[in-house]
Amino acid sequence: MLYREAGQFKSSYGADQAVFPIAQDRWFIAAAAVFAFVVVPLIADDYWLQAILIPLLVYALAALGLNVLTGYAGQLSLGTGGFMAVGAYMSYKITTAFPELNIIVVFLFSGLFSAAVGIVFGLPSLRIKGFYLAVATLAAQFFLIWLFNKVGWFYNYNPSGTIDAPPRAMLGVLITGAEAQPEVKYLTALSLLSVFALLTKNLVRSSVGRAWMAIRDMDIAAEIIGIRPLRTKLLAFAISSFICGVAGAELFALHFGSVETLAFDINLSFLILFMVIIGGLGSILGSILGAAFMVLMPIALTNLFVGGLGMQAVTAKHTEFMVFGGLIIFFLIVEPHGLARLWQIAKEKLRLWPFPY
Amino acid sequence: MGVLNEFFVLPFLDIAEAPLFFIEVIIGGLSAGVMYSLVALGFVLIFKASGVFNFAQGVLALFAALTLVGIMEWGVPAPVALLLTAAVMVGLAFAVERLVLRPLVNQEHIILFMSTIGLAYFLEGLGDTLWGSNVKKLDIGIPEQSFEIGGVLLNQFELVAAATAGTLVAVLAVFFHYTRVGRALRAVADDHQAALSVGIPLKTIWVIVWSVAGIVALVAGIMWGSKSGVQFSLSLIALKALPVLILGGFTSVPGAIVGGLIIGVGEKIGEVYWGPALGGAIENWFAYVLALMFLVFRPQGLFGEKIIERV
Repeated sequence: MLYREAGQFKSSYGADQAVFPIAQDRWFIAAAAVFAFVVVPLIADDYWLQAILIPLLVYALAALGLNVLTGYAGQLSLGTGGFMAVGAYMSYKITTAFPELNIIVVFLFSGLFSAAVGIVFGLPSLRIKGFYLAVATLAAQFFLIWLFNKVGWFYNYNPSGTIDAPPRAMLGVLITGAEAQPEVKYLTALSLLSVFALLTKNLVRSSVGRAWMAIRDMDIAAEIIGIRPLRTKLLAFAISSFICGVAGAELFALHFGSVETLAFDINLSFLILFMVIIGGLGSILGSILGAAFMVLMPIALTNLFVGGLGMQAVTAKHTEFMVFGGLIIFFLIVEPHGLARLWQIAKEKLRLWPFPY
Repeated sequence: MGVLNEFFVLPFLDIAEAPLFFIEVIIGGLSAGVMYSLVALGFVLIFKASGVFNFAQGVLALFAALTLVGIMEWGVPAPVALLLTAAVMVGLAFAVERLVLRPLVNQEHIILFMSTIGLAYFLEGLGDTLWGSNVKKLDIGIPEQSFEIGGVLLNQFELVAAATAGTLVAVLAVFFHYTRVGRALRAVADDHQAALSVGIPLKTIWVIVWSVAGIVALVAGIMWGSKSGVQFSLSLIALKALPVLILGGFTSVPGAIVGGLIIGVGEKIGEVYWGPALGGAIENWFAYVLALMFLVFRPQGLFGEKIIERV
């Protein structure tokens, strides 16, 4: 009744090819955008913004990046943390070398560096695939972290070895640094995520995206119908690492403010991979839903165990691990296609509601 | 020039100057390699039989070692405790098959892989909840004296570890080749559906494979645990075993052994002779790069099955 496309006629190819062809979808997205851009900054307090919403948006961007590589192009990668570290450290180098450069431009440039690194570590994907490739990308993870730890140039020979986000303003408003308002950081992360989500959505609908999916579904068959594996796979690595690099720069500059390499270790790679899989492989919305799930669930569990049941912090931590692992298995069993699939099912149901026959 | 010198000349001069020390480095590498092989073996067993890349193998080792220490703390003598722990691992195999693998039959590999990561988290939490997260000492009476043969320093512990790994591999080889269950296991590894159609019960096979992997994990846990204490970092040895796997091939038991030895020796030599030139602490990634270099020439690993693909 509410969600029905009957009577919505398209009179141009443009309308037929729209990202959201159904009017209700457009309204929903518009309402969600207004809510996220206007209402949330007004009602959310600092804790929500700093501890939940900003990391959620940053992780969602990283998950989006990994989803391009793993979900669309089918190349399993465990090196996300390494690529994010490239983004973080290069953004630090660029912004300290050119302090007057706009911070958003800095983010994008650090993404370019990350893309270059991604292409180098994507080269093995031309020879190997599947789990062999996954383990090979771990080489990127460990090597890059080691590099940023060892070479002082990357952290400006800072004795503590950490990098701190310097205060940078755009249009007179502080975006990074300790004094920046959390609302501003939130809006920056949200804008970047929206732009990248829209770009990626359109990219995967283009010939590039179709080539990725062909490679994912069967690379030999794709090669036979004339898709070049070299270009397609490396492009997937480049774009995925670009997005992950920007996310890494955001994680450093907007969320933590001060990081060392420990923040980008293998656990981060797994976390992002979980987001992609729980959210749904090959789905833009899934990346965001997965990130939301993985950010909110541990906080909810901690609150439940420590606040609700009055457990000791240590016991709660262990129990949290157990419940976390159990929930992941449970989710994979119940819905292996992720939260995005649940959303899809809900929409199908809503189309028929309230007369399901 | 200085850099080239450091990379291509000095290390070889060092080797030529002190050959005995070089042999010691190799032996140290071999003994580390044996330990990697033990972990890699568990991966290979499960991957062969069920196509599951079991990321929880490292945590299995940790869990086994924790359980063993916990049971021994009750005052149970070591042999009984060993049997009890083995029983726990078999029970675990049943639970994993029933609760994780069976509902996920026919899912994609990546989903199964993810579920084993979930399992890893779960076991880590369970082990810590049951037995606490302090570093524990594991001592089941393996001698640790060092002695010299021909000017080369050897450690008894390393010899015991090598002997254990050797025995384990021999027993597994016999088990795989000469028993009824072993034949069934190999059939399943070859082709799931063909194995099913000749009446091999897949579920039972999985339980057996996971039990065997659990017991291999127990052995690995004992060895690592008595060397460096039973603690959380034990689960990270899984990451050490991964380059061994891609080097040796996911499906090959000899590959796991040879791969482990190559990685162990390569890593030690790299660390001792090339480490200073690179700034040290390279052991985290060196093995991966070493394995990658092999992969460029043999994408299926040293002993992996030849990859034949059809459209």
